[in-house]
Amino acid sequence: MYVANRASDKITQLTDNVYLCRSGSAADSQVVSDYVRYFLHQHIIQLGQPATVKVAANLIRQLSYNNKNMLQTGLIVGGWDKYEGGSIYSVPLGGTILQLPFAIGGSGSSYLYGFIDQAWKEGMNKEEAEALVVKCVSLAIARDGASGGVVRTVVINSEGVTRNFYSGDKLPLWHEELPLRNSLLEEASSEVEPMRA
Amino acid sequence: MLLEGSNRRIHAVHNHAGMAVAGLAADGRQIVARTKSEATSYENTYGEPIPIKELCERVASYVHLCTLYWWLRPFGSGVILGGYDRDGPQLYMIEPSGVAYRYFGTAIGKGRQAAKTEIEKLKLSEMTCREGVIEVAKIIYGVHDEAKDKAFELEMSWICDESKRRHQKVPADLLEEAKEAAKAAQEDMDAD
Repeated sequence: MYVANRASDKITQLTDNVYLCRSGSAADSQVVSDYVRYFLHQHIIQLGQPATVKVAANLIRQLSYNNKNMLQTGLIVGGWDKYEGGSIYSVPLGGTILQLPFAIGGSGSSYLYGFIDQAWKEGMNKEEAEALVVKCVSLAIARDGASGGVVRTVVINSEGVTRNFYSGDKLPLWHEELPLRNSLLEEASSEVEPMRA
Repeated sequence: MLLEGSNRRIHAVHNHAGMAVAGLAADGRQIVARTKSEATSYENTYGEPIPIKELCERVASYVHLCTLYWWLRPFGSGVILGGYDRDGPQLYMIEPSGVAYRYFGTAIGKGRQAAKTEIEKLKLSEMTCREGVIEVAKIIYGVHDEAKDKAFELEMSWICDESKRRHQKVPADLLEEAKEAAKAAQEDMDAD
């Protein structure tokens, strides 16, 4: 596996009120999200009102299922609409669609199933939920070699959308792993004291 | 000579929507078939029951299509579409020209002018669907001219909270109740 960019933005916007978390093949997930953004846009024009999360998730699911032989991407659709409030739909590799109160995906998610089953509670407020998400991702980064870089969060509710960014070096460490450090070349050339382990 | 119930005018187009047809029966059948197809294809694509407004617009543009080309003739029938979706119950009427509006009450076919006048007298916002069914029966009987028009068969369907938001034929007992009330009202009028 080759990671081209460990700071990429994997949370893409489908509409004002619906976002998509992408995992797996970057190209596949980008192409699927582009198609769905296009279909949703037309749907919104026709309907004359914002799209529902369910419709967005179903369009994602249709593409994922019908092209299952060619695609390798796990997707999570999350958003807010006036009928259901906030909702989350998971569309993993084969193209199933599952509505869930919370969902996880990506290679690092294997390490999180036990944790999140225990830590997630019904009725958490915005701050608690965001803190839980950041904790989850940082735990995954600690264990999964393919996870790392930064943590990005997007909060969507009736009031709108808020994006947050947590840089890798600010995240808590869990298992005495080495802290993030700058490139050794940079340190050598500027004669700065290296960070202590 | 005609078998009762064999001249269906009201059709279910999906579990949450029904359509009443007036005019050429064969043309009406085409419209209903198209509506059913639009409703199912929307649900297959988007995973939710088609919003009634969207369904109306699709049917209207299909009807309108047949007014655009010289090699197509316009539909010889109009329809009234009633349905219940997430925005509540809605009523639409699509005319042969392709024009479609949303209504709180409307009528189509022979005697529609008189029927519309009667409907306008009703206080729709203060009625339940059950009460509405009875009032509508009275109007139909009232508008029917014994001397000039042929005998008719009353066919009613409803879609409301009481019918669990599904389109269904009005239950037999309510239909009887409505017919009785309508006949009684006729007698009162004749007695005057």
